[in-house]
This record gives sequence, structure tokens and C-alpha cells, in this order.
Amino acid sequence: MDHLLNVTTGLSVLLLAIVLVSVRRAHIRPEYSVTWLIAAAAMLVLSRVRPLLELLRRLSGLPDTPLTLFLMGAGVFLIMVFRFSVILSHLRDDNIALAQRVAILEYHLRTQREL
Amino acid sequence: MSGAAQNDPGKASGGKRGGIGPVGPDRLLVIVPAYNEEGAIAQVVESVHTHVPGAPVLVIDDCSEDSTIDVARRAGAEVLSLPHHLGLGGCVQAGYKLAYELGFDYVIRVDGDGQHDARDIPRILDRLKTSGCEMVIGSRFDGENGSRTGVVRTLGIRFFRCVLRPILGKPVHDPTSGFVGVNRRALDLFSRSFPLEYPEIEALVVLQRKRFRFEEVPCRMRPRTTGRSSITAMKSLYYIVHVLLGVFVNVLRFEGRRRAQPAEKKEDRWTTS
Repeated sequence: MDHLLNVTTGLSVLLLAIVLVSVRRAHIRPEYSVTWLIAAAAMLVLSRVRPLLELLRRLSGLPDTPLTLFLMGAGVFLIMVFRFSVILSHLRDDNIALAQRVAILEYHLRTQREL
Repeated sequence: MSGAAQNDPGKASGGKRGGIGPVGPDRLLVIVPAYNEEGAIAQVVESVHTHVPGAPVLVIDDCSEDSTIDVARRAGAEVLSLPHHLGLGGCVQAGYKLAYELGFDYVIRVDGDGQHDARDIPRILDRLKTSGCEMVIGSRFDGENGSRTGVVRTLGIRFFRCVLRPILGKPVHDPTSGFVGVNRRALDLFSRSFPLEYPEIEALVVLQRKRFRFEEVPCRMRPRTTGRSSITAMKSLYYIVHVLLGVFVNVLRFEGRRRAQPAEKKEDRWTTS
């Protein structure tokens, strides 16, 4: 159990570091890094504050603590994937509308030049 | 290509120099979505010019990697060139948006692979004008022309006929046909809301949501002469799931509208042709 919590702590710290470095290098926009930072911080807290993990286990009615930790982590990342799917869908719609508008404006520009 | 077209491509396209615009009593635009169709696009454009003289032809190039744009322009078409590949729905919608902005009353879509016979365009236009319905589908199964399709596609079409029948309140013989004419009301709708992938079937449900009507007219379909269909055997399953989901989502939106407007419930039925 301790080993599992230590591994989770290590992974959480690694994730925090990767996200912060990515934000600094402008690979991730700050508004999209917040979700990752919250997820990593949540996993870090759960792996270090054992009473909190025990409390969540009792509340969820799960049989053991490692399973609770695993399901919490999976749940957090599923929510994140869903959130990013929503963001991607909006971006794709915007991208298509913009591409169509660019094409139409270029068409008008070209036809104006021909006059 | 006709002599007139060779001398003045702009005139051959039915438009004026400096772009297309609604001309003649029909105010018709023929749009041709195309992706890597350099082998067939010239014939398609010339065929439209021959059978619908005076109607402008707008080829919407979905960022082709070949010389589709040049070939289309040389054939006398105007070209709307997309900056990157959007897929069929985004490509067609770009054409609808431009046509709506330019003030066309009727738009007929002809595929760029040469499968649709331009001789049928006047029939579609005539039905659009006389019936008053918002969309007319050129159907390969409506009537006695009985064009042949592959086994997988035929099964798919039959499946979607069954799915669409209760939703639309009337039978549709060829729901996957891309040979489609729309009037200005549908143009307004589609320029704002149009399915992006595999749009033909979902577009029918979008029309139904707005209580618009459609009809079918029998049309000839030719076998594809160049290129390949975007729907391969491997993609068929994805196609079915994707389109079913799109239909389902549109039906949910439709039901939501019905609940929000109980007083208009009686008008939700299609007027059958």
C-alpha cells in the first residue's frame, strides 16, 4: 500500500512538473493547464493524506484503499478527457467556420481584383 | 468545352467578370464539391454548361492536392478554394454560405466525380420551383431508371430508409444521394446548420426539425470514372454509427423543440408529396 502511494506521489509530482514546464515553454496555454494542475494536485493530496483517502473509501463503500485511489485517479482523468473533448469540438467548429469565412473572403477579394 | 466557354470562362460560368451572381429568372447556382477530382471535374463543369446554359458553376475545392482548381477554372467554373481540408459537409456548406450571401434563390449540388448526370438538373430545378418544397433529391431509385449500386451501399441505403421512415413521416428512396437541389429557405438554414461528415442523411433530419419539405425526382447516376469513393468498405461501419448518432441527436433536438412549442404540435408533420 505504501509503495503504491509513493508511486502515485511520484507520478503526481512528475505530472505537475511536466505541466508547469509546458506552460512556461508555451506548449500548453495557461487556461488548459489548470485542469491538469488540479488533477495532479488532487492525486498528490490523496496519496499523501491517508485519512482523506480512507474517508473517501468509506464514503464510496469500496472494499480497499488501493482500489479507491485507482478509481479516483481514473475518474479524474475521465472527466479531463471529456472536458478536452468538449473543448476540441468547439475548436473544430470554430476552425471550420473560420476556414469557410477565409475561403469566402478570398473569393470576394479575388473577384474584386478582377473588376 | 464550348467555344464560348473557351473565349470567356467568366461568361461561360453564367457569371459576370469579377465573380458570379444571380442571373436569369432562375437565379440558380450549381455547386460542385471536389477533392482531388482533376480527372473528372472538367467534364462535370462542361456538362453543366451544356445542359444548364447560363447557370453559374461554383467548384468548391476542399484543398485538393492535385490540379483540380486549375482544371475547373479552365473549364469555365468559378472556384471557392478552402484553406484546408474540411470534409464533404464543410465543403458543401461553404458553397451554401457563399450562394446565400450572393443572393441565389436555388442551388443544386452536383458531385465532382461525374456520377451525376447534368441533364437531370432542369428536372430538379423545375420540381423545386413548382412544388414549393425546400429540397429536391435526385434519386437513383425513384422511378424506373434503377441505377445499380454496390451490395454494401444498397444494404446501407435500405437500412437508413427504414430508420428515416418514421422520423420523416414519409418514405425516402435514396437518402444518401448527393444530387440535391435547395431553395433559398433551405439555403438559409444550411448556411447556418449543416452536418459536417456524411451530410446527406442528417440534412434530411435537419430539414425535418424546421418542418421543411423535400421531394424526390428520378435521376440517372453514372459509374464513377476516376478517383475513389470516400466511403470504403472499412469505413462503412463507422459511417453507419456516425450517421445514426447524428440522426439521433437531431431527433432529440427536434423533440426538444416540440416540447417547447406544444401549441404548434399539429404542424410538426411533413406535407407529403
